[in-house]
Amino acid sequence: MGSNVSQLDSNRDRRHSAWVTYPATVTRMVQECADVFTYDLHFDDPVTAEQFDFQPGQFNMLYVPGIGESAISIAGWAKDGQGLRHTIRSVGNVTDAIARGGVGMSLGIRGPFGSHWPIEHLTQAKSPLDVVVVAGGIGLAPLRSLIEFMIEHRSQIGNVDLLLGARSPQDFLYREDWDRWTEHGIRIALTVDRADRSWQGHLGVITLLLEQMTIPDPAHTLLMTCGPEVMMRYVGGVGAEKQIALEDIWLTLERNMNCAIGLCGHCQLGPEFICKDGPVLRYGRVRQWLRVQDL
Amino acid sequence: MPCYAKESIDKYRSQQPHDGLSNVEDTSAAGLNGSPTADERDYRFVEKRELNSLIALLRADAFRVLGPRVEDAAIVYDELESLEDLPQGYVETQSPGRYRIEKGDHENFFQFTVSPNSWKQFLFPARVSLARAKKDRDGWSFAEGDDLQQDADGRREKLAFVGVRACELAAIAIQDRVFLEGPYVDPVYQRRRESTFIVAVNCTTAADTCFCTSTDSGPKCRQGFDLSMTELPHGFLLEAGSQVGGSYLEKLESRPANPSEIESGFRLEQQAVQQIRKQLDTHDLRDLLLNNLDHPHWDQVATRCLSCTNCTMVCPTCFCSSVHDVADLSGDNVERIRQWDSCFNLDFSYTKGGTVRDNTRSRYRQWLTHKLGSWQDQFDSLGCVGCGRCITWCPVGIDLTEEVQAIRVKPTSKRTLSTPVEPAVATCVVKDEDD
Repeated sequence: MGSNVSQLDSNRDRRHSAWVTYPATVTRMVQECADVFTYDLHFDDPVTAEQFDFQPGQFNMLYVPGIGESAISIAGWAKDGQGLRHTIRSVGNVTDAIARGGVGMSLGIRGPFGSHWPIEHLTQAKSPLDVVVVAGGIGLAPLRSLIEFMIEHRSQIGNVDLLLGARSPQDFLYREDWDRWTEHGIRIALTVDRADRSWQGHLGVITLLLEQMTIPDPAHTLLMTCGPEVMMRYVGGVGAEKQIALEDIWLTLERNMNCAIGLCGHCQLGPEFICKDGPVLRYGRVRQWLRVQDL
Repeated sequence: MPCYAKESIDKYRSQQPHDGLSNVEDTSAAGLNGSPTADERDYRFVEKRELNSLIALLRADAFRVLGPRVEDAAIVYDELESLEDLPQGYVETQSPGRYRIEKGDHENFFQFTVSPNSWKQFLFPARVSLARAKKDRDGWSFAEGDDLQQDADGRREKLAFVGVRACELAAIAIQDRVFLEGPYVDPVYQRRRESTFIVAVNCTTAADTCFCTSTDSGPKCRQGFDLSMTELPHGFLLEAGSQVGGSYLEKLESRPANPSEIESGFRLEQQAVQQIRKQLDTHDLRDLLLNNLDHPHWDQVATRCLSCTNCTMVCPTCFCSSVHDVADLSGDNVERIRQWDSCFNLDFSYTKGGTVRDNTRSRYRQWLTHKLGSWQDQFDSLGCVGCGRCITWCPVGIDLTEEVQAIRVKPTSKRTLSTPVEPAVATCVVKDEDD
């Protein structure tokens, strides 16, 4: 067997080494809701751990040998800041296997891949931009690292509104982070599709929350969303109605990602390879394709 | 190993019009040594048996020589040991859903067009081992697969293709762009491509399914070869397209071609052009297709298409693949196998939220609009080289040129790309599967 360390140390750039898989171990597993868990993963090789970096919105290919790979967005750094955090719904062979394996499980990571949220726009703006983040269900996972980025650069950014939707009050993610986010001036609004007796908040689809929102300066507001595709289409539509420029509305798409480097053809949406051109894309760039059924 | 044909392919490509429209005569087509016009080309004449010497020279230089030969009632690409292996005297007939070969009344080696095989199977093999995983007490470790590992002495297998058609040179140039020139390189393709020697052959005949004149990719081989041949009744006109090609040409028993031989070769090339009947109107093709994604004709094609994947398997530019894990019985040794896949397969667009293209209508539409439309956004060219394989090998004889024409004569264009319709907020219903 070859040594991953030597592969990493070699001069081959990432352009040529996208198939190199790095061994990692699950070090923490927290149940978010019924079938969703948040995992911390640490690379087995310290050099890999040191060299690995990602941008908010990128994804990794998590690999369970013998079963396969799954494209999972990077939710942030692990608690100790050394490893990675991934939030995964158990819905298939790979994700079920990771849930069964739990803490101590050995697996492989390729990555990071894909485009990222427009963080440069936030830090390079002449005057601080307002940000509206709209997340449906597990769609909050790829937005979590964006939220953490905004907290790190809080003084450079204007108002931050976080609209969270879930099927039921039990289905929200990252409750342990909410207080900290609020302390950094992030306004959180919640809605659920189906309430129970304990629920005193909003009821209904998340676009209603967005419609009710006042956006004081749409020309200086970024809208970033992740959730079911139909939700993002409507979020994009409402954002546009509220005069946010189409170039300032961003979403992240999901397709079948097999190679993660734009060479296997699976993830195409019109001219876009979602793995390579996306997953984070401007709404204005893809809305013409999203309206076409079965594209 | 120098990258012989690669350099000249780059030149070829730089002359290719992006929309495949232009019929502008190629004036700078040449090998590495200059840009002569057609009249100034340095044609050499060799007797037919000299092709045997070329095959022997290449084999002596450790090339695996591949070319056309008859197998299973078809002309396929496989290993050549000598001239004897070539399909001498054969003629073919091709039409939608039909392919036949038989002995004709000639002694030529290359008097046919393209076969169910393409060179893709050697540069982008249908099945490769990409990676390995091995489990021990410390967990999994990973290594490169067999097709990425160097031989023990660091050498790579060298391939020599004999009998590459102009449309196939264009297809190789397209796959070069896909696999070598994007943000990521395919290492399997790269190592094979870099050590490939290409002997092209100019078509002197055309099949009923050929339309390379529409896609500006033939039938004359202009660039992207080390040597090119035109087969005359009593010999070959040879032309070097690279320095390495020239060095092999020097080793053959040749003489300068005389004007009547050159004229004869030119007439044979024109004969192929004149035999091409099929046409694909490439004018505004990308916009035509992408503006008609809801055209009723897609439903009509879907009543005929079997979603069998044949067109994508025989297509020399289709590049889709899937990686599967193959484990031994212990489960501790796993090989990652990459195989050709097809956008016609149901699983191809599977996500945990559902299969995106779960009907034949959407899968045929994906194939055709990608090949002729969005391919231009992605790779700055058509994904089609006019070889006609997808027409011949479609079991129900679907002809992509006719499907395009059906849309062209009656486009719907209810909605154009510049005016997409915003969803009506009032009807917003969030589906249950929110992942």
